[in-house]
Amino acid sequence: MLRIEYAYDLLALFLLCAGLLNLRDRQWRTAAFWLVLAALFGGGEAVIRAKAAGVRWPAELAGAAVLVLALLAPGVGRHRVPMVPEAQREASARRLGRRLFGPALLIPLVTVLVSVFGGYLYLQGQPLFVPAHRTLLGLVLASVLAAVAATRLGRVPAPVALGEGRRLLDTLGWAALMPLLLAALGVVLTASGVGRDIAGFSARFIPIDSRLACVLAYGLGMAVFTVIMGNAFAAFPVLTAGIGLPLLVVHHGANPGLVGSLGMLCGYCGTLLTPMAANFNIVPVALLELGDDWAVIRAQWPTALALLAFNLLALYLLT
Amino acid sequence: MNHWPMLGVLIIVLGFVLRFNAVLVVVTGGVVSGLLAGYDVPDLLALIGESFVANRALLLIALTLPAVGVLERCGLREYARHWIGRLRGLNLTRLLVAYLGLRQLLSMLGMTNVAGHPQTVRPMLAPMSETAFERDKGAPATPEELARVRALAAATDNVGLFFGEDVFIALGAVLLIQGFYASHGIVLQPLAIALWALPTAIGAFVIHGLRLAVARRRLLARYPGQADAAD
Repeated sequence: MLRIEYAYDLLALFLLCAGLLNLRDRQWRTAAFWLVLAALFGGGEAVIRAKAAGVRWPAELAGAAVLVLALLAPGVGRHRVPMVPEAQREASARRLGRRLFGPALLIPLVTVLVSVFGGYLYLQGQPLFVPAHRTLLGLVLASVLAAVAATRLGRVPAPVALGEGRRLLDTLGWAALMPLLLAALGVVLTASGVGRDIAGFSARFIPIDSRLACVLAYGLGMAVFTVIMGNAFAAFPVLTAGIGLPLLVVHHGANPGLVGSLGMLCGYCGTLLTPMAANFNIVPVALLELGDDWAVIRAQWPTALALLAFNLLALYLLT
Repeated sequence: MNHWPMLGVLIIVLGFVLRFNAVLVVVTGGVVSGLLAGYDVPDLLALIGESFVANRALLLIALTLPAVGVLERCGLREYARHWIGRLRGLNLTRLLVAYLGLRQLLSMLGMTNVAGHPQTVRPMLAPMSETAFERDKGAPATPEELARVRALAAATDNVGLFFGEDVFIALGAVLLIQGFYASHGIVLQPLAIALWALPTAIGAFVIHGLRLAVARRRLLARYPGQADAAD
């Protein structure tokens, strides 16, 4: 049975290789960054298991490692690993032609096949893919198969895949870490009561008999709170419990499905506006070498604001 | 009630505005909030470590990088350019609108992981967009123009993902909404939630499509005679 932990071990190995390759190139800071991250991925399961058994020091150690990563982060990935010369790439592109799309399209194809049909595969009576993680496992399997297909297509030895993967990982640099850190931050902020505080604060100032005011408070609250937290899923329970459910659904008798759905979509508009939503707005800055942390947000804020107005209007007209 | 943890949020906002390193900003904000909420240091470290480790799935996308890297080395980006260069009628707007529609449809069917910034935008959509734009312009583009075009490609992927996903009944958002209401005593069918996301999905397609057309026009506006060609 394929478990998600195998995927983490695989990723830990990849990070380890990236760290060692940087060590070879005397990129000490980048090397240390990937090596510490590799340790966190390799040891993650042990941390969770120790925590469940009541042993807390591994979790504390992991937390200290996260702080070390934060201190290492500035400057990681500044050094660029050179690609093969353009003339060579052009020649290879002409030689291989449209076959190059094959391995690239293998990633979505295998991911979809596993997520749709993977549930029917069994090995010795056990499901081949753990149901809860089927799509992610599909993505991992797809990545491995695509890497094999790509090295065979390009007739390059397998270690080249690690070197090229490391080149892109260095390009990502610290941005790779942001989604995980923001998820951890969400937990800390929730545990610190920040969310409750904001919802309670805004609820005190809403004229509850005005439907317009309630719609604005809920929709804008979802957007603003998402901007702060970087994640509409973190904002949704807080704002809906604080404003959406008591004021719009109970007090004004709105359809709960409608309120929940449009509230979440207002939050998504906030996601388009915030650097806190790192995997959507910061990671592509690094991957596409845009040079400006706000470049993606600058390209999408008018869409986000227009859609937010659209959602607020729909919420007002339909409730 | 203790309002001091809000200071951590303020640090994060200020840190981003002042453009400090984002990792450092986020960790500092979290530590400050936690300490002000009365956590002692070992507890806070354990909380951070545990939640970081619990979210490891978020980095699994990095496993696509070796395949993408090898394909780039073999000329995938160069080939994507040639390929798009042969499709005569495809300008920047049409290419990105087509991608937007496809991404939304796939997300609506629950296939959110089939595309993304590492898998499809960097190796394929970004170089295709650059080539399409240079053909629209009829001259080599400047690095600033190309960066703007790549940013538009990334934005299009985001919009397509967000405003398709919500219509799918068995994934993330809809289940979260359903679970929230269930825990408050309101039982809803997933479809009763997902259908309300359909108007916004259509709105997103229209609004972002129009914006892409405007963005292309603006980029070309500096070159008279090109902007009104085949929009």
